[in-house]
Amino acid sequence: MTMSTQTTRVRDVFKLNGGAPVEYRRVYVWELPVRAYHWINAIALTLLCVTGYMIGHPVRIAYASEAYQQYWFGWVRFLHFASAWVYVFNFLARLYWGFVGNKYAKWTNFFPVTKKQQQEIVDVVKTDVLQVKMHGEISTGHNSLAAFIYFLTFIAFCIQTITGFALYSSMSSSWVPKLFNWVVPLLGGDAGVRFWHHTFLWFFVTFVIVHIYLSFYHDYIEGRGTVSSIIGGWKFDRVRSDEESNKP
Amino acid sequence: MGGTIWESMQQKGYNRREFLQFCTAAAAAAGLAKTGVAQVVSAFEKKEKPAVVWMHFQECTCCSESFIRSSHPIVADALLDVLSLNYTETLMAASGFQAEKSLSDTIANNKGKYIVLVEGAVPTKDEGVYCMVGGKTAEQILQSVAADAAAIVAWGSCASNGCVQAAKPNPTGATPIYKLVNKPVINVPGCPPIADVMMGVVTHLLVLGQIPALDSQGRPKEFYGRRVHDTCYRRPNYDAGLFVEAFDDENARKGYCLYKMGCKGPVTYNACSVTRWNEGTSYPIQSGHGCIGCSEAGFWDNGPFYQHLASFPGFGIESTADTIGTAVGVATLAGVAAHAVVTNIRKRNVIAEVHAEDQKEK
Repeated sequence: MTMSTQTTRVRDVFKLNGGAPVEYRRVYVWELPVRAYHWINAIALTLLCVTGYMIGHPVRIAYASEAYQQYWFGWVRFLHFASAWVYVFNFLARLYWGFVGNKYAKWTNFFPVTKKQQQEIVDVVKTDVLQVKMHGEISTGHNSLAAFIYFLTFIAFCIQTITGFALYSSMSSSWVPKLFNWVVPLLGGDAGVRFWHHTFLWFFVTFVIVHIYLSFYHDYIEGRGTVSSIIGGWKFDRVRSDEESNKP
Repeated sequence: MGGTIWESMQQKGYNRREFLQFCTAAAAAAGLAKTGVAQVVSAFEKKEKPAVVWMHFQECTCCSESFIRSSHPIVADALLDVLSLNYTETLMAASGFQAEKSLSDTIANNKGKYIVLVEGAVPTKDEGVYCMVGGKTAEQILQSVAADAAAIVAWGSCASNGCVQAAKPNPTGATPIYKLVNKPVINVPGCPPIADVMMGVVTHLLVLGQIPALDSQGRPKEFYGRRVHDTCYRRPNYDAGLFVEAFDDENARKGYCLYKMGCKGPVTYNACSVTRWNEGTSYPIQSGHGCIGCSEAGFWDNGPFYQHLASFPGFGIESTADTIGTAVGVATLAGVAAHAVVTNIRKRNVIAEVHAEDQKEK
């Protein structure tokens, strides 16, 4: 890029902002519990996907020839069950935070029931997915489409939790998995439950690919700290020139 | 008919000692402790022999074949002897009108007291024409027999969950018994069920006169409470991660776990690995073949037998959830890569603006 084109662009930006220099305001978006939830969830989910796939397709690591000499598949299963418990309680904690957290964490974000949210979904599809619109509104927290997708992942969380506990109930003495016994006859026995539990693994694989890509995309295209916000909690909002002039 | 078990045994020349031995064996078969023997003795001395009718609908008689091969012959012989087995198509001497009369007499004379054992599913499509006995459909017969029964036992997978008749596309509308009657049904699934399990259930009904504790699928907990996998003697190999990779490999000779050969033991509730078959000789896994899950509902449709994960419906036999999941995952990766490229082209001005904002301070 030559210097001359860059200067033109700089001028364009000044024009965009009514000629005033662009100012940014720091906004604390993701509170500590939200960030903690995100990373605990990310680690647990990764462990669950990897160990889950390995349970379905055990790798052959036979360094011994007698069963009493090794226990690696037992450890894979232990990791799966242990991360599942962490994952479930972490999710319950996030549900609680949806009621007491800040406005970006509120449960209402995840249900696109207001006209404003629905318009935002259309706007995001036009701006970021189809890219027929260059500048869309940029929300500070989740945009409405992302929030709605997260709502769908919550449903997938529930499906995995229910089917997982249903499978686990026969080998557990805890009352929690036993709450989900009723799922087994509903899905035609353990084989059916296992089938759906396994199939939903791929929902999470697909979700993770799109989720990581889109956080990088937004960071890149908007330059306001989308990726770092889930570490430190801060995002940057552009201060509009009319806001600036309204300042006392 | 009539009389107590003790009376009929005396008539046949058994002495008191033999009677007590029989009571002990029956108590063991019903899963009672030593202290329960007195209860059994008292029941067999005082209670009238229950009348039993054994119905055959859409089935292959493998349940009957299994039943008569019980590994406690004294119990098997004696029970078949001391029960008033008043009607069963495969074993009774009577035929035609006499047989039908025997059935209707049993129902009329023992209202609310007789036990119904059902082998086979009931076809419900096309007004039930696919299974008729004596000019009546299986469903008509079932309803008339079930109406005044004290207890109903569904023998085998056909009666418990439809088995092969109910496998897709289920042309005759084969329906398990519990869906057709308004009474609790004891499901004893398996193709066939284990003889000793059948004997245990009958003994329980006979001795205690009540339905055993059932799980959410109507199966007696004492026999179907655990998975074949949980009590399998090859289980340590599973936890160690030692698997048979092919039926003729070194691992198969060493007796490693058959999980990767499609063994359905981890999703099958039955007592095979505890009681075993044919007088406790062996069971499928001990013979080197995976469990096919024959006591689980819909096991014919959870195939193939040699694949642990069922094929994904609608995508052909070879496609599992993993085949489809991998395709979706790769398509998603390609999609986001394409989106990244398009973004850099279509949104080059937007990206330039973001970079230009940086320049304003300079």
